[in-house]
Amino acid sequence: MSSVHDWTPNNPVKENRSGLIGKPVDRYEGPLKVTGTAPYAYEVQPPSPPAYGVMVGAAIAAGRITGVDIAEAEATPGVLVVWTHLNAPPQAPRGTKAHPRSSAGSRPALESDRIFFFGQPVALVVGETLEAATAGAHRVKLTYAADTPDVDFRASLDRAVSPSGEEDIEVGDFVRGFTSSPIQVDETWETPIQNHCQMEPCASTVWFEGEKCIAHTSIQMVKPAQHGLAETLGLPRDDVHLLTRYIGGGFGGKGQTYDDLILAALAAKALGRPVKVAYTRQQMMHGTIHRPATVMQVRLGAEKDGRLNAFSMMTWTHCHREGNFTEHASNFARALYAAPNRLTGHRLVKLDLPGAGPMRAPGEASGTLALECAMDELAEKLGLDPVELRIRNEPETDPENGRPFSMRQLVRCLREGAQQFGWDRRLPTPGLVREGRWLVGMGMATAIRGNFLLPAKCSFTVDADGVITVRQGMTDIGTGTYTVLAQIAAETLGVPLGHVKVEIGDSEFPPAPGSGGQFGAATAGSAALAAGQNLRTAIAELATGDEASPLFGGRPVDVTFQDGVIAIENRSETLASLISRAAPEGLTVEGEIKPAQDAREWSQQTYGGHYCEVGVDPVTGEVRVRRMLGVFAAGRILNAKTARSQLTGGMIWGIGSALTEGNAVDTRYGSLINQDLAQYLAPVQADIGDLDAIMLDEVDDKANPMGVKGVGELGNSGAGAAVANAIYNACGVRVRDYPITPDKLLAGLIAKGL
Amino acid sequence: MKTTIHVNGEARSLDLDPRTTLLDALREHLKLTGSKKGCDHGQCGACTVLVNGVRINSCLSLAVMHDGDAVTTIEGVGTPEHLHPIQTAFLTHDAYQCGYCTPGQICSTIGMLSELSAGAPSQETPPGAAPVLSDAEIRERMSGNICRCSAYPQIVAAIKDAAKVMA
Ligand code: FES
Ligand code: FES
Repeated sequence: MSSVHDWTPNNPVKENRSGLIGKPVDRYEGPLKVTGTAPYAYEVQPPSPPAYGVMVGAAIAAGRITGVDIAEAEATPGVLVVWTHLNAPPQAPRGTKAHPRSSAGSRPALESDRIFFFGQPVALVVGETLEAATAGAHRVKLTYAADTPDVDFRASLDRAVSPSGEEDIEVGDFVRGFTSSPIQVDETWETPIQNHCQMEPCASTVWFEGEKCIAHTSIQMVKPAQHGLAETLGLPRDDVHLLTRYIGGGFGGKGQTYDDLILAALAAKALGRPVKVAYTRQQMMHGTIHRPATVMQVRLGAEKDGRLNAFSMMTWTHCHREGNFTEHASNFARALYAAPNRLTGHRLVKLDLPGAGPMRAPGEASGTLALECAMDELAEKLGLDPVELRIRNEPETDPENGRPFSMRQLVRCLREGAQQFGWDRRLPTPGLVREGRWLVGMGMATAIRGNFLLPAKCSFTVDADGVITVRQGMTDIGTGTYTVLAQIAAETLGVPLGHVKVEIGDSEFPPAPGSGGQFGAATAGSAALAAGQNLRTAIAELATGDEASPLFGGRPVDVTFQDGVIAIENRSETLASLISRAAPEGLTVEGEIKPAQDAREWSQQTYGGHYCEVGVDPVTGEVRVRRMLGVFAAGRILNAKTARSQLTGGMIWGIGSALTEGNAVDTRYGSLINQDLAQYLAPVQADIGDLDAIMLDEVDDKANPMGVKGVGELGNSGAGAAVANAIYNACGVRVRDYPITPDKLLAGLIAKGL
Repeated sequence: MKTTIHVNGEARSLDLDPRTTLLDALREHLKLTGSKKGCDHGQCGACTVLVNGVRINSCLSLAVMHDGDAVTTIEGVGTPEHLHPIQTAFLTHDAYQCGYCTPGQICSTIGMLSELSAGAPSQETPPGAAPVLSDAEIRERMSGNICRCSAYPQIVAAIKDAAKVMA
């Protein structure tokens, strides 16, 4: 049985003799990315000229297709194939797992006349050129029998029920604790649907080599994509070779495959030539998952000294009628602040909206927008500094289940952030600081995000040149996976970084769970460390058993690895000389990581504190983020440069959530109103002021053998609340309906007579 | 339609469907896939290239409109072996994550720096003054290039650094 204690012994990452672990080295694949030579899925050059597929989306949200006229589309010059549900090739019924251990079942496209959401792909047109296919797609004529779509989330709250298999969690007696508390906050926050808006729309390039399907796609998780495609096509899993080497952003939205992959594969098979299919930006909005809207009620009951006596957070949210995703916005709060009486839970309603799913920091991203503002409101009622309020409610152990924390440096994050940001200059009374036309205010919030470890494998090969090749069915969605794997390999084998090659994003490599839930670096990296240690052992045994080696006869455990040289004391040779002589074909070993079975005996999170200064224009309601600082504690940092980028990127996502991002539902049609990047307002350069992230020293030995934790989502958690709290401090208006757009803020300012 | 475009210093003759955008001509016909398609609607900047030295969104322009024009794409800016100073600065400052907006950011930077040195004002330029390469000017002038990974602070740092090297 595996235990976190198995991770106690020293290892090359912990020893860090070459100092590569943590070093802010440039990205491994950076030279390709900055020169435009990294091929993303749509850009992979197939062996022969591809045909181009363009999808058509449904014009209703619920109902049936009653009429199909593809004659004009088929007659369009250059069009090769037009498919709807009537003539699409057969596929395995949805959910089929012909192979019982497949990590995903069949996901047929153009499945039937049923429409489940607006924009659902309902036709595919393949043409000789993109222009021909696009013209053909415009000529596909479908008629529908539309049902009245059930899409109004806010009107459906009464129907929401606990997600299946879940119950509210109550500790103590919340109602009694709350009603007997002298100071109370009871407020409700709303967050809208958000879209991932990865800069690279989902895309696939697929061809067949004999029976084998070669599929390049843009996906965060390799194995489910490979298995799902094989199941859909009815192929043995080994007949699908799925590759995803460069991915133009994922953020959770590419955790699953979409119809581009299935349709490209079906068309490639039918036409006997490579086919490329991409979602348009407009199709991305409906056709891929979104972060669902939430309504969150937070109730805080405190003693006069600020100690929480009762705490409750209830979240209402929605998912697709056929889905079962819950935005668990109350979950993180269970581990955050001490309070003897606690009540948390979720209510879910199923609607005819497109699929809801995970988006960067699912749960925390929405939930902190409520709880961390509620704490700000409580601090004000108490006349207590918001930082001090959080410190007074810092628990000794997990406040819900009493488990010890594996490592918790929240208070240190908050204190260091306050000091570095100049928090002491904040005036607690809102609206007192004016600079020209701007009202200026400061706000802060806590960041928290769970930490996870999943099973993964990895292989290491050393060749006759002493070059180490890392292979893993892992992905890099901009997170830095290539780079940290190279650092771990170089450090573990004692070779220069330039002697490491990293090959990932390939279903034929040892499997890893991919990128998501900020588990990527810890999971993939721990498997790489294991592979590296196994390769060290193999090399040491080879050298000490090879009569031609100066290390011959020594003990394998005494072999050291440094600068490409293996040595036992003063006997040494280069790695290249050993391998070229004793294993000229190279040496390959695998390594593996599994979660420890006792890992759940500890409460394990990553933490941080956000500090933000905004300017509010009381005449226009415009908000400018002037300064923002995050201080984070997330275990050992593998690469100070790429980790900081992930954290600052997450913080900027928080700014977007607070100020601009959201998609409204057109309840008449069940469509999303913002259908492109001009209407869906992701932050741009001018929205961001001086912004930085600092990482505290930390090693969490309960996390994995390296003591690292994730950072990809932590920066997003709490960031938006710090902005919202700063807005209140600037102008005295609380907007609890995100995003805090000028119209909402102005209404509040006018109501206050400002 | 026959069109000749001078791409990265080379005359490229193409026979194109007139509906082909400059972006698709580059990506699908010339296999210069460094220019990215993020929106195809002039909203993201991922497709930014330089036409006769001026930055444009190549998705918003038909290829046949560029007969005789000189187009510089990211492939003409530098190669992995010979990086342009802006590319080096993007590497050093980690001014990208997924890399999908990056070629557009870099081409846009080149265009932006020459607009700035030609004295073209932005909203951030005080009336009558010559623009200087301040953070505010960079942020304003680079706001047509969305980076969903949000490498914005790193991009500002990279541009300032590159401008120093190039001066
Ligand atoms: S692809 Fe041209 S601006 Fe987005
Ligand atoms: S680096 Fe990913 S969008 Fe800019």
